[in-house]
Parts: sequence; structure tokens; C-alpha cells
Amino acid sequence: MWQFFHKLGSPKWFYGIATRLMPWLLVGGIALLLAGVVWGLAFAPKDYLQGNSYRIIFIHVPTAFLAQSIYIMMAVAAVVTLVWRMKLADLFVRSVAPVGAVLTFLALFTGAVWGKPTWGTWWIWDARLTSMLILLFLYFGVIALAAAIADEKSSARAVAVLVLVGVVNIPIIKYSVEWWNTLHQPATFKLTERPTMPAEMWVPLLLAVLGLYLIFGWLACLRMQTGILVREKRTRWVQELVRTGGH
Amino acid sequence: MPTDSSVRVRPLTAGPGVMAAMVAVVRRDLQASFRQRQDLLNPLLFFIMVVTLFPLGVSPEVSFLQQAGTGILWVAALLATLLSLDHLYRHDFDDGTLEQLMLQPQPLYLLILAKVLAHWLVTGLPLVLLAPLLGVMVHLEGNSIGILCLTLLIGTPVLSLIGSIGAALTLGLRSGGVLLSLLIIPLYIPVLIFGTGTVAAAAEGAPVSAYIALMGAFLVLALTLAPFASAAALRISMSNS
Amino acid sequence: MMAFDSLAAFIAMEGHGPYVWTCYGVFFLFVGGLMAWSIRQRRDVMRSQLRELERDSTARAGREAQPAASFTRINPS
Repeated sequence: MWQFFHKLGSPKWFYGIATRLMPWLLVGGIALLLAGVVWGLAFAPKDYLQGNSYRIIFIHVPTAFLAQSIYIMMAVAAVVTLVWRMKLADLFVRSVAPVGAVLTFLALFTGAVWGKPTWGTWWIWDARLTSMLILLFLYFGVIALAAAIADEKSSARAVAVLVLVGVVNIPIIKYSVEWWNTLHQPATFKLTERPTMPAEMWVPLLLAVLGLYLIFGWLACLRMQTGILVREKRTRWVQELVRTGGH
Repeated sequence: MPTDSSVRVRPLTAGPGVMAAMVAVVRRDLQASFRQRQDLLNPLLFFIMVVTLFPLGVSPEVSFLQQAGTGILWVAALLATLLSLDHLYRHDFDDGTLEQLMLQPQPLYLLILAKVLAHWLVTGLPLVLLAPLLGVMVHLEGNSIGILCLTLLIGTPVLSLIGSIGAALTLGLRSGGVLLSLLIIPLYIPVLIFGTGTVAAAAEGAPVSAYIALMGAFLVLALTLAPFASAAALRISMSNS
Repeated sequence: MMAFDSLAAFIAMEGHGPYVWTCYGVFFLFVGGLMAWSIRQRRDVMRSQLRELERDSTARAGREAQPAASFTRINPS
């Protein structure tokens, strides 16, 4: 177990594993995502209440889901950074933060466009959309702080502290935004969480979520590899790797 | 081995005057801010000016101001606190006091708590005291003003506490001020929501004791967790410089 | 099996087409862009480091060659 943990901390070992994993992640991710999306777009039955606009769900829910779970993963990595000083964990945080931000933006965008036929306006200060917007701000904060501190070690730990402070706040933010929402407007038509979703709807949804997860894994591996190349460029194995063109 | 551990583990109060050290930190910070009177006044003036902008920029109508007044005052107080946060550690960082503070035998947690208390006494508390006056100017009702001051009284220490984390993280960075706002504003949102929400609920005649209690819970949570995060962030920032 | 009778119906989606297709378009644009950008970043890093290595090795070769050159230059005098 400890040996595994040590190995996991080794950039060289991780680089090799990532190279071997990435084709599978990419192919599996694209296949699952496309299957889910095509199924959802063309074959899933029409929703009796919202008509065809509900088909946005097949990308809205995966992006929203990923956006939230990426922040949780970053928090776990932040703990690892602070407790074990593992460099790869910090690399994970700064590699995936932009991915999280893009997916959060996509969740917001698809939610807003979905809102137009459903609510009649592009933007509504709905509890879910609002907490998503705040999550986007949290991502921006992490990215900005990661870029602002030059020293690698203190940058890693400062970002980790910020991510952890953010993750403590997320439930509080969610709760308070929901309360604020009930205070200012009666419960509106909810986008997701239909109580009775037939299998023809949730199976493609699940496929799309899994597919996007795999693509995220691929992106994380790729971006972490880039980070390793930059950080370890003085080591012999990276120079060897660069000379042979990455094989 | 109970006897052995009682010898080795020094209880918190038995440190070389934890209370005395905290009082010394508070007194020193207060003295420093009274010497730099402009730093003391600036957030207050900012608070007043931001509130003034709304009747000018939106509408001086009584109905609008009555409805939006709480929000305006809360947002202005939040921004004023944010503006003052940069000073929380900056002076001490520049003249090396912070380094000495971190070498003290007393727990850094408590010393930070003392610093934040001093910061709140010179920025948060004046904002709370000034709020009734501005509340009258935006036509809030008497009852609302009372509740508003109460929420500000509980809320501004939370703002100072959360802000201390951001101030510690951005210490010594060149573009610290803007970055600090970027990091901290999302974390301020729950306080803002409950601060204004409580006043709104009171205006509708709903009982507010539960909301006040919840804000109190925020304060307790911030008191216990924020100095820890601040201490960790300070150690990181100091090791960097 | 399919939820639509024709391709035209599929694209129109009973009036909701523009919304649905905008969402899917932006989604694939951004995810694809993110993927392309990440690939490019790694490739650029690889290339610049390769250039650096080559420069270093030519510089080292030059340094090794230099003493010999100065030696020959000194020799006639």
C-alpha cells in the first residue's frame, strides 16, 4: 500500500501509466459520450411537459455533475498536498482547475439556454444556476491564485488552503442560495430531478455522464503530463523522453 | 500514563500569558491604526459614498430605497471591509513584526484571532455604528434598522474572519488587492444572503430569531475555522518571502 | 424506435431546435477546444524543450571544440 502510494508520487511512474491509460480513456470517453448524446437526441422519447427542449439535459447534467465533482476531487488532492506534500496532487489541482471552470461555464450556458423555452427568459436567478455561478467564481479564484504565486512550493500549499476553504463553503453556499431562492420567489419549475424518469431517458444520461468522466480523465492525464514535462525538465528521463518524441 | 502526559502537554492557559499576549496584540494594532487615522477613516468614507451612489444612480424614490436599502447597506459594508483587509497584515509584514509574531510561544491561532478582533474594532464596528444613520437616509423603518444593525453586528466579524484567510494568502503578492477580492467575494455570499434575508423576513413580519441564530452559527464556525486557515496561509506566505 | 419521423423534424425539434442545437454546438466546441488546446500545450512544451536540448548540446560541442581552436591559433605565434 505504502509502496503504491510512493510510486503514485513519482512523476516518472505516473507519466508512463498515463501514457498507457490515455488511449483507452479517450476512445471509451468519446464512444460513451457520443452514444449517450445520439441516443438522447434522436431516440429517447419526448418529455410530455417540456417537449424536445429537455434534450439539453443530456449535456447539461453531465457538465454540472463533472463541475461539482472536479472541485471535490481538487479538495481531496489539496488534502494530499498539505499532508503528504505530494507534488503530483498539486499538479492535479492546477491542471484540472481550468477544465472545471470550462465545464461549469458549459453547465451555466446550457442551463440558461434551456431556461429560454422553459421559463421564457435566458437567465433566471434559480438556486441551481446561482450556486453554479458561485462555483465558477471559486474556480476563477483558484486559477488566479495558482498563477499569482511564483514559488512552486508555497504556490502549491496556498492553492490547497484556498481549495479547502472553498470546499467547506460549498455546502453553506448551496444551502443559503436555496434559502434565498425560496425567500424571493415561489418554487419554480425545476430543471432536473424529475421523480419519474423512464429508463429510455436516464440510461443515455448515464452514458453521457460516464463518457464525459472518461474524457475528463484523459484531459487530466494529458494536462498533468504537460505539467510534469515543465517541472521535471532537468531530469534525465524527461530529456530522454523529449529526444525520442514522447515514446 | 496520565501523570506523565500532564507534565509534557502544557495546557493552553499555562503558556506565558496567552491572554496577556492577545491583549498586547490588540492594543498594539489599535494604537497603530489610531496613528494612521486615514486608514481608519477610508473604509468608513467609502461605505458612506457607495451608499450615496444608489439614490443618485438608480432612484431617490422612497419605495425603491425602502426595498433595496438593506441590500445596499450590506453590500457597501461588505465592500468596505474588503477594502480594508489589505491592511490586516500588510504593515506588520513590511516592518517584520509578523515574523516575530509567528516565533512567539503562544499559538498563532489566538494571535490571529487578536489581530482580527483589532481589525474588526476599527473597521467593522464603526460600520455597524454608522449603519443607523445611513439606514434613516435610505428610509428604512425603525424595526428594520434595528435588525439590520444586529445582522451587521454578527456579520461583520464573519467578514473580517473570512477575509483574514484571503489577506494571509495574498500577502506579499504584487497584485494582492484585486486578487484578494476575487478569492473572498464568493465566500462572503452566504453572509450577505442571510444578513439581508433576515431583515427582509423581519419586514414581512416573520420571526427572525432562527435566522439570527443561524448567523450566530456562522460566526462560531468562522471563529473556529478561519484563524486555523489564516495561520496555515500565513506560514505559507512567510516561508515564501 | 426513433423519436422523430424525418430529418427535418429532428432538426426542427418542434420549435426547440435552435436551443437544443446551440447547446450541443457550444458544448462540443468548448470540450473539443479544451482537448485540442491541451494537446497543443503538451506538444509546444515538448518542442521548446527539444530545441533547448539541441541548443545546449551544440553549445557544449562548441565549448569542447573551442580549446582546440585556440590551441591551434596560439601555436603559430
